[in-house]
Amino acid sequence: TTTGLILFFQSGRPLGAGVRLGLGLRMNRTKGDEEEYWNSSKFKAFTFDDEDDELSQLKESKRAVNSLRDFVDDDDDDDLERVSWSGEPVGSISWSIKETAGNSGSTHEGREQLKSRNSFSSYAQLPKPTSTYSLSSFFRGRTRPGSFQSLSDALSDTPAKSYAPELGRPKGEYRDYSNDWSPSDTVRRLRKGKVCSLERFRSLQDKLQLLEEAVSMHDGNVITAVLIFLKRTLSKEILFRELEVRQVALRHLIHFLKEIGDQKLLLDLFRFLDRTEELALSHYREHLNIQDPDKRKEFLKTCVGLPFSAEDSAHIQDHYMLLERQIIIEAIDRHLESAGQTEIFRKHPRKASILNMPLVTTLFYSCFYHYTEAEGTFSSPVNLKKTFKIPDKQYVLTALAARAKLRAWNDVDALFTTKNWLGYTKKRAPIGFHRVVEILHKNNAPVQILQEYVNLVEDVDTKLNLATKFKCHDVVIDTYRDLKDRQQLLAYRSKVDKGSAEEEKIDALLSSSQIRWKN
Amino acid sequence: MAFPHRPDAPELPDFSMLKRLARDQLIYLLEQLPGKKDLFIEADLMSPLDRIANVSILKQHEVDKLYKVENKPALSSNEQLCFLVRPRIKNMRYIASLVNADKLSGRTRKYKVIFSPQKFYACEMVLEEEGIYGDVSCDEWAFSLLPLDVDLLSMELPEFFRDYFLEGDQRWINTVAQALHLLSTLYGPFPNCYGIGRCAKMAYELWRNLEEEEDGETKSRRPEIGHIFLLDRDVDFVTALCSQVVYEGLVDDTFRIKCGSVDFGPEVTSSDKSLKVLLNAEDKVFNEIRNEHFSNVFGFLSQKARNLQAQYDRRRGMDIKQMKNFVSQELKGLKQEHRLLSLHIGACESIMKKKTKQDFQELIKTEHALLEGFNIRESTSYIEEHIDRQVSPIESLRLMCLLSITENGLIPKDYRSLKTQYLQSYGPEHLLTFSNLRRAGLLTEQAPGDTLTAVESKVSKLVTDKAAGKITDAFSSLAKRSNFRAISKKLNLIPRVDGEYDLKVPRDMAYVFSGAYVPLSCRIIEQVLERRSWQGLDEVVRLLNCSDFAFTDMTKEDKASSESLRLILVVFLGGCTFSEISALRFLGREKGYRFIFLTTAVTNSARLMEAMSEVKA
Repeated sequence: TTTGLILFFQSGRPLGAGVRLGLGLRMNRTKGDEEEYWNSSKFKAFTFDDEDDELSQLKESKRAVNSLRDFVDDDDDDDLERVSWSGEPVGSISWSIKETAGNSGSTHEGREQLKSRNSFSSYAQLPKPTSTYSLSSFFRGRTRPGSFQSLSDALSDTPAKSYAPELGRPKGEYRDYSNDWSPSDTVRRLRKGKVCSLERFRSLQDKLQLLEEAVSMHDGNVITAVLIFLKRTLSKEILFRELEVRQVALRHLIHFLKEIGDQKLLLDLFRFLDRTEELALSHYREHLNIQDPDKRKEFLKTCVGLPFSAEDSAHIQDHYMLLERQIIIEAIDRHLESAGQTEIFRKHPRKASILNMPLVTTLFYSCFYHYTEAEGTFSSPVNLKKTFKIPDKQYVLTALAARAKLRAWNDVDALFTTKNWLGYTKKRAPIGFHRVVEILHKNNAPVQILQEYVNLVEDVDTKLNLATKFKCHDVVIDTYRDLKDRQQLLAYRSKVDKGSAEEEKIDALLSSSQIRWKN
Repeated sequence: MAFPHRPDAPELPDFSMLKRLARDQLIYLLEQLPGKKDLFIEADLMSPLDRIANVSILKQHEVDKLYKVENKPALSSNEQLCFLVRPRIKNMRYIASLVNADKLSGRTRKYKVIFSPQKFYACEMVLEEEGIYGDVSCDEWAFSLLPLDVDLLSMELPEFFRDYFLEGDQRWINTVAQALHLLSTLYGPFPNCYGIGRCAKMAYELWRNLEEEEDGETKSRRPEIGHIFLLDRDVDFVTALCSQVVYEGLVDDTFRIKCGSVDFGPEVTSSDKSLKVLLNAEDKVFNEIRNEHFSNVFGFLSQKARNLQAQYDRRRGMDIKQMKNFVSQELKGLKQEHRLLSLHIGACESIMKKKTKQDFQELIKTEHALLEGFNIRESTSYIEEHIDRQVSPIESLRLMCLLSITENGLIPKDYRSLKTQYLQSYGPEHLLTFSNLRRAGLLTEQAPGDTLTAVESKVSKLVTDKAAGKITDAFSSLAKRSNFRAISKKLNLIPRVDGEYDLKVPRDMAYVFSGAYVPLSCRIIEQVLERRSWQGLDEVVRLLNCSDFAFTDMTKEDKASSESLRLILVVFLGGCTFSEISALRFLGREKGYRFIFLTTAVTNSARLMEAMSEVKA
């Protein structure tokens, strides 16, 4: 996951393989996880138009529909199911495969009845095919589309034309040993899927003519077929040389080599073409197939010197260093955790390994488990920040998320406190205090803490919005007082609890003669 | 709400025949292996297969057990094994390992591989290399057109996009040509053909070759569909990268519609089980809201709910006889409607919840800013924040691509810093993803204008230099400039806002993007159909880098009925989105046309990005 991180803390599932699944898996991560992690939704309501109105409309319709449920639900829904499949329809192919997987070997008799219940409306009307009649009659052309129900009807069509002329006999029987096909006839036969010997194209000129015919016909399958033949019958230098000036064919060869996994020839080809960057990337791609972390690390080391662009070279170097570091951290932490002596691991057992996680995730991990470590250790957050040149903003965001998750409010405080040369302290946040507040709120920070940061939000409107939303009454009250907005303060009085300290505070202010209200 | 078709709108041809053809062909192939057999089906083929056949049909043809093709040893004890697969190398290796294991243990069985929609020579090569060529018999099941709806045919080939637009592999072009050939055989020739894009042109040429090879018999038929329009996905990446806001598109973006059906989880069904729901014109509730802007859907659903309530209420004053009538005649329909209504209300609620959480409003604002080309800095830092917070990797990638294409590439400084942050947030291996995106022209770095133009003209010269007998790289890794800004101006893609855009009464196709943007692909189709040619669009075609790949081909129309001339088949090579489908349905209603869609697969921004991603399981 982005972040596999979330899984450390929230998922009970074993993770090992899941973590490496990559994007496919990442996509599936629920938004909820993300929120929990970063806590940074801006809480701005989503509106296309007039949200309140629409939502209440929706709720109303839901109520209306639900109120009908009692009347409707007691009947069985069988007839409805057929119209639009409900659930995994019994008798569907996907359903059946799950069944085979679930209890291979067990009997299916009992389900036959269920299965037959499912009938496809269109199929039900068709005559049951029996093995005696010829199906090929179904493939005959018709002048007007209609039903194929009657066999004689289908046969009586005069301009009968077979849609599937090859169906009658297996393809193999079309094997043709004739030596007389011209290059263009040959590619045409290949296009039709017929087995066709290419052995008679022996001179280079013939081979190239064959290739050019294939390319000009546009069918990639045929181009590849010819390339397979060329690859087998030409030395690679000659093959590469000829393909260099035939880009369409060249791309097909490259894709073919990638697909069959002929990495060696692929790299030779890139080398020949002097496509150094593709060569380097192709080599680097192989690391994805190496599961063992140490082997993967060693492999990445061999990638470091490859001819990447200057920019990518740095990324590769970072990748190597990151994994190297993760291996060390993982070994130490696994040991610490199993020894059971370290409080943090006892209280918050790790739910996944840190191996192969992105840098930001690793930083989160180290802010979570190794926050106070001296800069010299591999697992210290500051060390990570320096080594990988993590921008301030990213660092603060990640550290905040980690420390807030642990409810370590003092660390949060320290994160934003700076001292000037006179020794005065000041609060500063590279990510904006409104974001800080949101992250804190999501981690259930107590009101006193929230309040402190809401107060630091500069824009008055944003501050009021946040304070109201998170019920930081003191901030709201003080802000209205500073704005000398008696009306708003009066209105806010109705939102606080009766007889609460806040209500008293408002009353005291409203009756104060010291304030010159603007309204 | 739910605009009806104009009374003069032409009837759609009946595509259910395609299902029957495919089913009968499969039965025929199964019969080629007489006797009991176990069937191994590739996961990607299961849903399409479910749409045309079911277990009892397979059973009738002596299929005993069904297995999924996956990397596990097979437990089957049957004497005959049949494999139904896409032509992929890894499937061949799987089959080979099975067959070779049998051979080792001295076991003899019969094996049959059915490739769908066709076999590839590379697959046969693998069978040969693995020493099992001849031990298995091969067949083809040319099932390449699945009618997902009355006006939507899908080839269910999502890999088309990556294979062609990233790898430059033309293996599926013949499949497309064959599919078009089948359509013209069944529904008559297409009197008017238009197309844009390199792949479109090749598919068209190969299709023409096919027709010439067969006797000219189809030409004597009366055409049922008057026009065909072929379009490459890379002509318009922008539309496919936008967040969708019409209902069907939003459902696809949120829950992923797969092969015309969607899995609604417990949060939608408000029960503890998931439901698989078929989404098509037969769902009366869905059919009325599918093309609507999401903001209209609530109103419609609550109106519907009120009507339903009223209809149920009528039973109150009824005597026994009336009640009997009510139960036997109306209740079923009402129950059905009730069920559909509560599903879609549940889906809406769930969408609202999700979108509110992810700050959809802000996201849409950024997208619109990118489309219109203002506040680029602000959008860039919005994307940056997305990345820093580790919000979905796909979403971040999509926004970067949108920025790149609308701006003719990122300025080098931004490119570097966004890429670095991306790798730090989501993993260094995404280096490979960036390389792919660059090759496909989806995410590029701005180069100094002059050098690029020089290279470009050199390349395009080579392309036309057929005298040398060399067809050179037309879409090499050189970044083609997208020229989106200029195209947008020429084609008026950003409607002028005078006051509110009334999404309830759309005035143009821009409604599918909240009135902010007319989908480029649909605008091109509209313009060409209006002119019946590319005339006057030269500049647009040039900006699209398609000067050599825009074509028209008209035959005499004397045989085509005026009704057929208002039916248009649009072929999307590389996938189309539900937003595009909705936009063209709207255009059809305005002009009295009806569109039929043929796509290699239904796609959306997430699928495009995933196809480019190198980091897979």
